[in-house]
Amino acid sequence: MNNIPNRQVICDTLIELATKDRDIVVLTSDSRGSASMTNFAKQLPGQFIEVGIAEQNIVGIAAGLAASGKKPYVASPACFLSMRSIEQVKVDVAYSKTNVKLVGISGGLSYGALGMSHHSLQDIAVMRAIPGINIILPADRHETKRAIEALVKSGEPAYIRIGRNPVPDVYSSPEYEFEIGKAVTMAEGTDMTLIATGETVKVAVDSAEALRQKGISCRVLNMHTLKPLDEAAIIKAARETGHIITLEEHSIYGGLGAAVSEVVVQNCPVPVKILGIADEPAIPGKSGEVFKYYGLSVENVSRIAVELLKKA
Amino acid sequence: MINIEFLEEKAAQIRMDLLKMIYEGKAGHTGSSLSCVDILVALYYGIMRLDPANPKWEERDRFILSKGHAVEGYYCILADKGYFPKDELKSFSRFGSRLIGHPNNKVPGVEMNTGALGHGLSISVGMALAAKMDGKKYRVFTLMGDGEQAEGSVWEAAMAGAHYKLDNLVAIIDRNRLQISGCTEDVMALESLEDKWRSFGWEVVPADGHDFAQLLEAIGTAPKTQGKPTLVMAYTVKGKGVSFMENVAHWHHGVPDSEQLEMALKELSSQIGGACNE
Repeated sequence: MNNIPNRQVICDTLIELATKDRDIVVLTSDSRGSASMTNFAKQLPGQFIEVGIAEQNIVGIAAGLAASGKKPYVASPACFLSMRSIEQVKVDVAYSKTNVKLVGISGGLSYGALGMSHHSLQDIAVMRAIPGINIILPADRHETKRAIEALVKSGEPAYIRIGRNPVPDVYSSPEYEFEIGKAVTMAEGTDMTLIATGETVKVAVDSAEALRQKGISCRVLNMHTLKPLDEAAIIKAARETGHIITLEEHSIYGGLGAAVSEVVVQNCPVPVKILGIADEPAIPGKSGEVFKYYGLSVENVSRIAVELLKKA
Repeated sequence: MINIEFLEEKAAQIRMDLLKMIYEGKAGHTGSSLSCVDILVALYYGIMRLDPANPKWEERDRFILSKGHAVEGYYCILADKGYFPKDELKSFSRFGSRLIGHPNNKVPGVEMNTGALGHGLSISVGMALAAKMDGKKYRVFTLMGDGEQAEGSVWEAAMAGAHYKLDNLVAIIDRNRLQISGCTEDVMALESLEDKWRSFGWEVVPADGHDFAQLLEAIGTAPKTQGKPTLVMAYTVKGKGVSFMENVAHWHHGVPDSEQLEMALKELSSQIGGACNE
């Protein structure tokens, strides 16, 4: 079992890249510890800016830095960064097209027992509605590394959301084909497609394996980029497999399921089942328990897959 | 030596240009724009180091119009400085024009898109920090409204500016005491505003916002104290320069009709001799 959290990978990768590129800077909102950025602050103090608990200010400052040639990474809890700062994200980052990378830490249900104030389950919906921002949810530590490397090369605004705790690997190494905006096919299949993002990719991969035992062949798409969305992969999946189940650590409204449905319904209508967090303050608990409660589990995905195919 | 008479006549000319532009475009924040023309003229003709032929010149001073609704005088000045053809001012507020009612960086010379209040100072803090990190000498100026001071994010940025000792940063408040629904002190009391800024660790310099000698001194010679950002409290009159628009909240975004335009232009043209043509 992997014990390196994605936030640690982001810090290590940024230290490596920022040592070579002095324009890379990291900003935190009293969040250097929870973002695992303490080492960055220690090793590259001249490229580290503490803004205090001021999420509007941190994004505005980052935009000003970016407009002056810097490459800022804002590492702040996803729940605040995607809500408290959203007007600065819309105007100072997206509208002004500044090269700001928003790193939403402790995303989704990471702060499970702390309650709705600390959950970020609407962030994809909110960010997706703003033109010009790339949205990425890596599935594991290897993908996190690849995503950060890709973001450093890109000059566009982006929001990357990661969880707090280590997550099981879905890749054996970072050596695979990663491109922003291109889904990764984790498994081939013909009966249906499971499309997942972030930490739910693992659930999808395991579900496909369980279903294979039952004679159901599932394709698994890792939709690490929510925007720009890999529409071609979705349309292809709908055409070739005829059924889709989406999985996400996000509200059932406005996230991956909604994005996939928008593409499917306009191009190749097939049955789609959206699995995510119900439209309510999520039940408190560890994220694994909460995933299970809302049906983001191998057992539930398998059950729904069987039902979907029965109806067909 | 900067010629004060030149600046005064330039300001009258910019006021005439912006009134014509608002009349043509049938929209605009007339009073808000008139109140800060002298501040903008002082910056663009007397203080900032710029190269209009090379808007992205790395060493240029930066300006952020945080009170983005006062865009009309700003556009007229940028056109007058040669950032884009003056003729384009006629497209203001028209379908598809880049000269929209709030600054956007498609317009040469505009650094950042603004319009939502309370953003400009944070952006300016970022720019001033970047200059410090790179050892660059440019200064960063931002102009805020007084009504804007009710935005909490202004004070987040105020803390950061002092914390990082950004003496290359000058924030100016267009203190005309009027906002869209009335007197600032009735809407949400701001006073004692100078004390608030002082207590946040800024060097506060009051000035008559229509007196060029005072503006050049207050803004141009900053910082007076090493390691402190500067706040220039520019006391102004909303609608300044057109007597029937002065101190009337309605003119915040009132648009003159043809008769009012003619009266306003007549009053302003009487202030112009020949200093701008010399």
